Amino acid sequence: MTNGWVDIKNTDMMLIMGGNPAENHPCGFKWAIEAKRNRNAKIISVDPRFTRTSAVADLFCQIRAGSDIAFLGGVINYAIQNNRIAHEYLVNFTNAAFVVKNDFKMPGDTDGVFSGFDAAKMSYDRSSWNYSGTDGKPLPNPPGMSTGQNQVTTPLPPMPENVDYDLTLQNPNCVFQLLKKHYSRYTPEIVERITGIPKTQFLKAADTYTSIRKDGDLKQVGTIIYAVGWTQHSFGTQIIRTAAMLQLLLGNVGRAGGGVNALRGHSNIQGATDMAGLYDSLPGYLKVPTPADADFDGWMKRVTPTASKPQPWQSWNYYSHTPAFSVSFLKALYGDAATKQNGWAFDYLPKVDRDYSWTHLWNDMYNGSVKGMLAFGMNGVAIGPDTNKNIDALKKAEWLVVGEIYPDETSEFWKSPRVLAQGDMKLIQTTVYRLPCAGFAEKDGSFANSARWLLWKNAAVPTPGDCRLDQAILAQIFLKVRDLYKKDPGKFPDPILNLTWNYSEPLNPPLAEVLKELNGKALADLEDPATKQQIKAGQQLPGFAWLKDDGTTSCGIWIYSGAFTEAGNQTARRDPSDPSGMGVHPGWGWSWPANRRVLYNRASCDVNGKPWDPSRKQVWWNEDAKKWVGNDIPDFKADSPPKDHMGPFIMNAEGVGRIFAPLAAFAEGPFPEFYEPIESPLANLLHPERSTNPVVTKFKDADDKFGTAKDFPVVCTTFRLTEHYHYWTKNNPMNVQLVPEPFIEMAAEMAAEMGIRGGEKVKVSSARGEYIAKAMVTQRIKSMLIDGKKTYQIGIPFHWGYRGIAEDEGKTARDLANQLTHTAVDPNAHTPEFKGFLVKVEKV
Amino acid sequence: MSQETLRIQKISGHAGAVPGEDTQRDYTVCKLIDTTTCIGCKACEVACMEWNDLPFGETIFDNTYQTMPETRWNYWNLILFNEHEREDGSMMWLMRKNQCMHCAEPGCLAACPADGAIIQYTNGIVDFQQDHCIGCGYCITGCPFNIPKFNPETKRVFKCSLCADRVGQGLEPACIKACPTGCLHFGSKEDMKDLAEKRATQLREHYNFPNAGVYDPAGVGGTGVMYVLHDATQPELYGGLPKDPHIPLSVKLWKGPLKWLGNAAMIGGLIGLFIHYLRFGPKDREDQDIRDQIANAQEKTVKRVEEEHP
Repeated sequence: MTNGWVDIKNTDMMLIMGGNPAENHPCGFKWAIEAKRNRNAKIISVDPRFTRTSAVADLFCQIRAGSDIAFLGGVINYAIQNNRIAHEYLVNFTNAAFVVKNDFKMPGDTDGVFSGFDAAKMSYDRSSWNYSGTDGKPLPNPPGMSTGQNQVTTPLPPMPENVDYDLTLQNPNCVFQLLKKHYSRYTPEIVERITGIPKTQFLKAADTYTSIRKDGDLKQVGTIIYAVGWTQHSFGTQIIRTAAMLQLLLGNVGRAGGGVNALRGHSNIQGATDMAGLYDSLPGYLKVPTPADADFDGWMKRVTPTASKPQPWQSWNYYSHTPAFSVSFLKALYGDAATKQNGWAFDYLPKVDRDYSWTHLWNDMYNGSVKGMLAFGMNGVAIGPDTNKNIDALKKAEWLVVGEIYPDETSEFWKSPRVLAQGDMKLIQTTVYRLPCAGFAEKDGSFANSARWLLWKNAAVPTPGDCRLDQAILAQIFLKVRDLYKKDPGKFPDPILNLTWNYSEPLNPPLAEVLKELNGKALADLEDPATKQQIKAGQQLPGFAWLKDDGTTSCGIWIYSGAFTEAGNQTARRDPSDPSGMGVHPGWGWSWPANRRVLYNRASCDVNGKPWDPSRKQVWWNEDAKKWVGNDIPDFKADSPPKDHMGPFIMNAEGVGRIFAPLAAFAEGPFPEFYEPIESPLANLLHPERSTNPVVTKFKDADDKFGTAKDFPVVCTTFRLTEHYHYWTKNNPMNVQLVPEPFIEMAAEMAAEMGIRGGEKVKVSSARGEYIAKAMVTQRIKSMLIDGKKTYQIGIPFHWGYRGIAEDEGKTARDLANQLTHTAVDPNAHTPEFKGFLVKVEKV
Repeated sequence: MSQETLRIQKISGHAGAVPGEDTQRDYTVCKLIDTTTCIGCKACEVACMEWNDLPFGETIFDNTYQTMPETRWNYWNLILFNEHEREDGSMMWLMRKNQCMHCAEPGCLAACPADGAIIQYTNGIVDFQQDHCIGCGYCITGCPFNIPKFNPETKRVFKCSLCADRVGQGLEPACIKACPTGCLHFGSKEDMKDLAEKRATQLREHYNFPNAGVYDPAGVGGTGVMYVLHDATQPELYGGLPKDPHIPLSVKLWKGPLKWLGNAAMIGGLIGLFIHYLRFGPKDREDQDIRDQIANAQEKTVKRVEEEHP
C-alpha cells in the first residue's frame, strides 16, 4: 500500500475492485467502515460476483472477470472528458507535461500494439517509449530492466537528462494528450460491450468516483483498494498501472485517505517480497545482476538511474543511492570477504540469465532439470496453477522436502485423484521427507503487513513434540551444506564458505539478531557532515541515510534500516497514541521507509507547500524552520524548499508520478491497453487480431493445454472465503463447521437453464482438468451481455483438496480448484491468471 | 447460570417476592447490532462458541453462506444471510446476527413453570439456569423469536446469555469483543438507543436508505438487543425478524387471566364448600342412623323372602 490500513478511515470515496476486503481482510476492513460511519464515505464495489464487500457498498457493478482495464480506462476517459482532474497536481507532480518522442505509436494506430513490436519474437524494442529531450548520458542498458519475458536483448537508449515539456498540456506529443487520445477509445459503449456493465451503470460508477474532483474540488480524497483480483491476470501489472494513473490524474496519491492500496494476502507476504523471496530482485527491491554485467561497476552503472526531468525542476532520484544500498547489502552477506578490490564480492552473486519464476520452476522440474524441492509452508500442488502439471513434475523429482504443520496435498501428491485413477503410484520414485514445523503462534519475529508496518511478535506457546522453528531447520541445512563444501570445495566454494553467519546460536539464530543485521550497522566510525552526528563502529545505524558505498556500512535490506537501532527494536513498540487523529500512530511498530506512514506525502500539499485539505494535514513546509514538518514523517528531502520544485515521487528518476511509463518499465507498454485474458469468450473488440497480451508466452507441454469459447463457454474465477484460509483450515474443526463442503457459485438463471438446484453436484471442466462440487445457486451473480452475447460467469472458492477433515471422511470429490487453471502468466510479475479462464459446467 | 454480582429482578414460576423486582433499573445493558455494517464474517459466531465452550456440531452445505438453518442448543449465535433485490433492481445481501433478544418482558420467562429456571437480572439480561429446568419446552412456545433450543439428550434448553458472566465482571460480551468492523456496540440502553438513532438518521440522509430505522419492539417492552436496519419497515426480510413480536396469547392467557381463572375456580370451590357447610352443616349422625335402620330393615326383608321362597 502507498498508504495504510488505518489511513483508510480518512477517505471520502473508495473504489474497491479486484479485491473483496470484507471477505478476506475483515479486520482491516474496519477502517473502511469507520470512514463510512464518521465521514459519510462511499464504497463502489466492482466484482464478477456480488460479494460480502458489495453488501456494504453504495454502488455495485458486476464486471466480466478480466476486463478491468476496459473499465478503468473508461473511467480515465470520463475523468478527462468531464474535467474531473486535479490540474495543478497533474502538471506539477506527474509527467503529464513531458513530451514523448515522435516515433512513439499507440495501439489505436498500430492495430493493438505499441511501436517497436516484433511479432516473430513476441517482444518489443522499447526505444521509442521515451521522452524527447537532450543530454541523456549513454548507458549500456537503462535502469528498470528486468529479466525473463521482460528481457531486453538490445541496448536501450537512456532517458534524456533534460526532458522537453509543455506546462499547458497542449503539445500533441505530451503525455497528457497521448493519454487522452489513447483512452478516448474507451467509450462507455465499448466499456459496456467488453465488461458487460450496462452503460448507465458504468457512467454512474465513473461519475461517483470522480465526483471528488467535481467543480475543481481538491479537498476530497479517493482511494483505490485491490488485491489478487487484479494481480492474478496475464496483464495484472497493467491493471494496477491503470489504477495508479487514475489516482495520479485525480491527485489522490500521497494524500491521507488516498493512494493505491494493495491488500496483501498473507500475514508476512509483504515481508517476503521486501526480502526478495522472488528471483528477480534483491532485498529492498534492488535489481539483480545479469550476465551482461561484467563487474560490480558495470552492474551499478546499469541499475542506477540518473535524473530525467524538465530542466528547471529538481529530482532527488533516491535510487541514485543504489551503490550505497548494494555495497551495504553485500557487506551484510559477505562481511570482510566483500572488499573494494573484489568488487564487493560481486562474483559471488548468481547472475540471473532468464526467467526462474514460479511456473518456470515447476516447468523445469517437469522437464527434469530441477531434481528436488524444499517446500516450506507452501502447498505447491494446491496453489497451482495447473495442479496436474505440478503433480506430474513432482513425480519426476528425485526428492521433496515438505516443512508443514499437518500433512498437505504436496506432501502426499501420489494420493491425488488423478494419480489414483491412473494407477501409476508404484512407478513414482520420489523420496519425500516431511519435517514438522512450527505454527504461527509458536514463532516470534517481525511481520510486515500490507501497510508496510513491521510489527514484532512474541511466540505464544513453545513448539510441540519434534517440531522445529523455520530458522533452526534452515540453519542446520546451511551449516551442513557449508561443511560439505569445506570437505569437497569443487570449483568455486567461496560464495558459500564466505557467507556471514555470526549469530550467538548458529544452529538456531535468534530472529532479533537477524533483524539487527537487516537494520545494519557501522563498520567504521562515521560522521554526518551536515549535523556532525557521530556513530561508532559496531553501532546500529539510525537509518538508510547513513548507508555508504565505501564498505563502512553493512545493511541486509536498506528499506528496513531504522527498524532496530541503538534505541532498540522499533518494531516491538506498542504506543497506540495518535496525536493528529489521522491514524498515523507513529509509535506503533515501525513502518518502512523511515517510519513514514503515507508514501509520497509531499504531494498532499500544493506547489507552495500548503496542504490541499487543511482538515487532513499530513506534512507541510515550515518557512521559519526551512524544512518540511508534519504529523507524518515527510517522504521527501526535508530541507528542499517548494520553490525548487523537487518532485514528490522521489523513487522515480523523473521525480514525478509516471502517467507514461518509459522504456523498460513494463513489458507491454507505457500505457495499459485492454487485452483479453488468454482464455476468453470473445476476440478483443478493440483489435480482434491482437486479442491477448502480445508478450505473454505459453508453455507447450502435454499438461499446458488451452481451451476456446466453443468448448468452454463459461467464464470462471476462483476466490476465497472469510471462513477459510487457503488450504490449511480444512484441517480445523471450527472452520469446517462454518463452511463444511466445497461449492461452486453460479447464477440462478444459469442453474434454471441447466435444471440444477442448489446443493446438486456439478462438474466444471477446463482444457486442463475437472472439478466436482455442489452448486450454490445465487442471485448474486447475473448473466451478462458481452458484446451483446449472453455470457455466464461462475466462481469457485478454492479451499478444498484431497486431504482434510471432510476429504478424509469421503465427503468431497477431493478435487483441487487449480486442476482447472493454466500456466500463462503476467510478463512483469509472473503471476498466473487464476481470475479469468474458460470452463464448461455440467450436471453430474 | 446465576451470577453473584448481578441482581435478579424476575424469576420464572416463582412463588413469593423477588428481592429485585421493584427496584429501579438504573443501568440496562444493550447490545446494538448495526446490520448495515455487518460483513457476515462470523467472528461473533466463533467467539460465542469459544467463550461458552460449546461443542462442535455437524453442518452440511445448504445453498447458503449461513452456517446452519437456525440456532441450536449448542450454537447460540448465528448470522442469517438473505439475498434481496430492491425495487430499483439493485442487489442486497442482508446479514443479521440472530440470537436471544433479551426482551424487557420475556415470553420465555412468562411461560416457564419451573421456579428459577429462567431469571432476568436488573440489567435486563435474561438467563437460563439449567439446573432448575424441567425440560417442558414451554419457553420455546413463549418466545416470539424462535430462540430457545432443546437438547434432547440432557433435556435442557439453551440460548444466548448476553455473556452474563462477562458482563457481571464489567466486560463486554464475547461477540462484541470479536467483531472486527465495530458493527456491534455495547453499553446502556439509553446510549445504544442514541447511537442507533444517529446511525439511522445518517443512513436516511447520506445513504440511499429512506426507511432506515431502529428495531426495538414495543410488543415485548423493548429489547436488550436492538438492530439498525436498512429498512425498518420490512424486518421480515432479515431472516424472518417478526414485525410486531409479543408474548403469544396462549402464554399470556395461561400465566395471566387463565391462571387467575384457575385460581378463582379453585378458591371459589373452597368458598362454595365452606358456604355449604355453613348452610347445611356437617354430615348429620341422625340421618346416618335412619339410613342404617332402613338398610338393616331392607336386609331383613330380603333374608325373609329368600327363606320363605327357596
